[in-house]
Amino acid sequence: MKLAYFPGCSLKGLGRAYEESLLPVMKHLGVELVELDDWNCCGATAYMAVDEVKACVLAARNLALAEKTGQQQLMAPCAACYLVLNKAKHYFHDYPAIKKTMDHALAAIGLKYDGDTAVRHPLDVLLTDVGLEAVRQKVVRPLKGLKVAPYYGCQIVRPYATFDDQYNPTAMDKLLEALGATVVRYPLKTKCCGGSLTGTVPAAGMRMVYILLNEARKRGADCLATVCPLCQFNLDAYHAKVASQYGPVRVPTVYFTQLMGLAFGLPEKELGLNRSAIRLDWRPEPVPTPASKEAVTA
Amino acid sequence: MPEPRNGVRIGFYVCHCGHNIASMVDCPAVAAYAATLPNVAVSRDYKYLCSDPGQELIKRDIAELGLSHVVVASCSPLLHEHTFRSATEAGGLNPYCFHMVNIREHDSWVHTDRRLATEKAKALARAGIRRVAHHQPLEMKRVPIHPDVLVVGGGIAGIHAALTLASAGKKVYLVEREPSIGGHMAKFDKTFPTLDCAACILTPKMSAVRSHPNITLWSYSEVVKTDGYVGNYTVTVRRKPRYVIEELCVGCQECIDSCVYKKPMFPDEFNEGLGKRKPIHIPFPQATPQVVLIDPEVCLNFKRGVLTDKCKKTCVEACAERKAIDFNQKEELKEIKVGTIIVATGFQPFDVKRVPQYGYGTYPNVYTALEAERLVNASGPTSGEVVLRDGRHPNAIAIIHCVGSRDRKTNRWCSRVCCMYSMKLAHLLKEHSGAEVYNFYIDIRAPGKGYEEFYDKLNEEGVHFIRGRVGEVTDWAMTPEEEGKLVIRVEDTLAGFVRRIPVDMVVLSTGLEPHSDAQSVRRMFNMSCGTEGFFLERHPKLAPVNTYTDGVFIAGCCQGPRDIPDTVAQAGAAAAEAMALIDRGHIDQEPNTARILADCSGCKSCIPLCPYTAIAFDSATQKAVINEALCKGCGTCVGSCPSGSIIQNLFDDEEVFGEIQGVLADEPN
Amino acid sequence: MNPTDKAAAAGTGTPPAAEWTPRIVAFFCNWCTYTAADLAGVSRLKYSPNVRVIRLMCSGRVDPQFILDALSKGADGVLIGGCHPGDCHYVEGNYKMLRRFRLLRRMLSDMGIEPERVRLEWISAAEGDKVKLVINEMSAQLSALGPLNLPGKAKGWDAELTAEREAVHA
Repeated sequence: MKLAYFPGCSLKGLGRAYEESLLPVMKHLGVELVELDDWNCCGATAYMAVDEVKACVLAARNLALAEKTGQQQLMAPCAACYLVLNKAKHYFHDYPAIKKTMDHALAAIGLKYDGDTAVRHPLDVLLTDVGLEAVRQKVVRPLKGLKVAPYYGCQIVRPYATFDDQYNPTAMDKLLEALGATVVRYPLKTKCCGGSLTGTVPAAGMRMVYILLNEARKRGADCLATVCPLCQFNLDAYHAKVASQYGPVRVPTVYFTQLMGLAFGLPEKELGLNRSAIRLDWRPEPVPTPASKEAVTA
Repeated sequence: MPEPRNGVRIGFYVCHCGHNIASMVDCPAVAAYAATLPNVAVSRDYKYLCSDPGQELIKRDIAELGLSHVVVASCSPLLHEHTFRSATEAGGLNPYCFHMVNIREHDSWVHTDRRLATEKAKALARAGIRRVAHHQPLEMKRVPIHPDVLVVGGGIAGIHAALTLASAGKKVYLVEREPSIGGHMAKFDKTFPTLDCAACILTPKMSAVRSHPNITLWSYSEVVKTDGYVGNYTVTVRRKPRYVIEELCVGCQECIDSCVYKKPMFPDEFNEGLGKRKPIHIPFPQATPQVVLIDPEVCLNFKRGVLTDKCKKTCVEACAERKAIDFNQKEELKEIKVGTIIVATGFQPFDVKRVPQYGYGTYPNVYTALEAERLVNASGPTSGEVVLRDGRHPNAIAIIHCVGSRDRKTNRWCSRVCCMYSMKLAHLLKEHSGAEVYNFYIDIRAPGKGYEEFYDKLNEEGVHFIRGRVGEVTDWAMTPEEEGKLVIRVEDTLAGFVRRIPVDMVVLSTGLEPHSDAQSVRRMFNMSCGTEGFFLERHPKLAPVNTYTDGVFIAGCCQGPRDIPDTVAQAGAAAAEAMALIDRGHIDQEPNTARILADCSGCKSCIPLCPYTAIAFDSATQKAVINEALCKGCGTCVGSCPSGSIIQNLFDDEEVFGEIQGVLADEPN
Repeated sequence: MNPTDKAAAAGTGTPPAAEWTPRIVAFFCNWCTYTAADLAGVSRLKYSPNVRVIRLMCSGRVDPQFILDALSKGADGVLIGGCHPGDCHYVEGNYKMLRRFRLLRRMLSDMGIEPERVRLEWISAAEGDKVKLVINEMSAQLSALGPLNLPGKAKGWDAELTAEREAVHA
């Protein structure tokens, strides 16, 4: 299948490990991603907080560009992009005044948005279109023995629970199980990571990071798997600060796509695993080579 | 403009209905306009036509002005047609020489432009006036009513209705789908606010049902088909096999003791799965009828074929010469004739799996309210001792109100009983366990006799009340005190901050929902459901136990959530409504039946269209004939007669065409 | 073509476009849709005032002649409301109506009458909001379609026929 692809600023910057692992994994599964030409800021974070309408206009330009390519679907891996693009589409359909502004702004640059593009999250595509069975078949190095706490963050199921339950999403749980990993029951899976607070009210932000990491540790998780660049950064970058306030809670946070890459046996250097501050050292059993097989039989 | 018809003198009356109509429709203008129409002898507007002086006005005009027909433009005919027909009749005319025009529900209440609403009222008035000129005198159709009553559902509503009717000498069939009557009330430990023991007040009524000579009790049975109409229903009931012959079983329960399963090991439905039972069992000690039944899903004799070395049929041996056990019992279909039906099928509790954030099924010590009822009940699985699923005794208990209720995501309605039963459970749990009990509520709704006082009493007992909708029940601990506990995360909206309260046990006060099969039950009895799925009453205030189908009444929670006192009151009302019909002995039916005219060509196309087989073919005259007694007056045959040879009283072609012409005649200026 | 042009093209007897609003005649069954319209009233829902409801006991009573008669007397659209499938008070009158409705729509399109002008809706006694929705929707649709003006057209057809006849006789 083929989708338009909106990386957003994160996947080109701080969260580049997400893109680095996402692209080969999707390719490996036969999903073709065509990066949107001349995309712009999705409208998240500061924009959305200050002026919703302007944020929607920014998002609408990306949606209009996607429609122009003729692709009906746009993949937005970053949780914030995914939310804002969905929100812009929602507002476009339900709030005529905002739609008018969007239409007007787009017309000024010769673009038009019809409100058709479906905004898809990679998890949604993996479970709904690719299917767990297809994923399972690509697994050559099952993540046997790896205990993962699935962490979805606040944005991909709220407020738009388009492909999973709002309170207890399980898409990533199922995916990780298909990879052979052990999923740790993690009741904090949709709690705030503190990402918006670490800059503004650091004490509150650090406390949230600590809670998330500590709870994962208490439940025996070897790592947290996430879908959001902001969560990943937040849970990865402040270990020292958290340790100084609450004591050490060393748990690496990885993208689910990185774990998929490991399980698929993709070259590790392609997966951006070395970009984290707290690296995941665990590795699955290597793929048995024909030579080693012979050695065993011999 | 049509020619005036000879001898037709119409009186037209437009009602202000106080401000209800007059605020949006210029009633004097409508009256003045109607006065200009052909055949209108008098046209008046009046403040309240349904009042006695209003009706007097019509009567007087009929006599003094020699009217032949009457048209009233006011509210819906479904509300006051009867009133004005009676007034017309009292004035000396045939009641069917009357027509009612709806300018309230269909006009003044739904429009916002006074000019357009007035134009609409004039058009509707014109249509009514044109139509009524064709009305002929008609006679009511009188059909006898069968005196027996069917009560569907053996909860407290069905029980009370059946007993009321039976005491008045009516024969009642009480059909219950479960093996015992008693419904939800039988599962309750105590009842609010008096803390009466539910079993103590219910079981005498249950045994009264069993022993009453006028009541035929069919438990473990379901209505599968209903035919007929008010006064004359034919109902088919399926009696499911218990594998025990009801008439021969004496309820000694020796068979249960001697079952090859020495220990009960299958989830016990009556105890909400908290307790265990054997394959052969009786639902609960006071079950009515006192008859055991066998669960073929788990009984070895059924699982392993008729002859098995594992099962020695010890139950049959124990039953000995009573010979009540019959492994070959088959389901039976019974057909009964009744005149009226009371539907009291109750509710189902909200499915807590729909709110995963409260952790039911994830955390063993999260209970539904009904489970909590069984837990504190002396004859429950723990004999009334509050022992949690993990064997611990709770030191702190949270009761979460409004689970599934008052929420756009689940059910929007307030379930009415949850505040009170939550407080009752708070009292009982505290009494049985000595634990601290926290109630988490949105609003406390205690509007009933002694209810607010009960709330006060609980406050005095030291039960905690925290106002706030609980966000989640979780097991992640932030402090050592929270380790191993269930943590309630809630915004305390009175204190104004988010709290974390560690507890050992959580009770979810689930709301009340219509049964998942309410739609098929509704179809079976030709009723309607409201948007939320409860059965729809004919009028929310003035006909709360009637339905749109004559002779079918509703009582209890199938109509909407309510507590036991209201349910019993409603059941009594339904019984009284049924009796009022029965004791009259007959039913007057609208004379809106169809007739075949002499020019029928005998094509027979109408015959298969009639759902009541009221049309036959007379081979002597080569024409169709309608049996008036069977005709229900739908008019389907009339609408499809190719030669226009069938007419329907009150909805004759001339009348309808007159109405069409009336609504479309050029708008008056 | 905008409604004004359409009205002008439709020929004689059309009221000025500024004043024109579509006229809808509705046939509602007593048990479901009429009751639903009562509920809409009791709930004080607001809908377009250009609908005139005629009560029948069952949608099965709706004779195709009623619909044609309404259109020929100047209605721009006809709405028929009955109980949902399986819910008919008279068991299956609504199915009988559905059959006739399908046939009639075919005939109407042969006559050059847009099929949207005649609409059949299942509306239960509880669906007051659906009454509002359907009437408003239909009113908007008919406004977009413009006047049907069947009486005016019929006059034109009659004149045409007379002219033809005279031409033949001459």
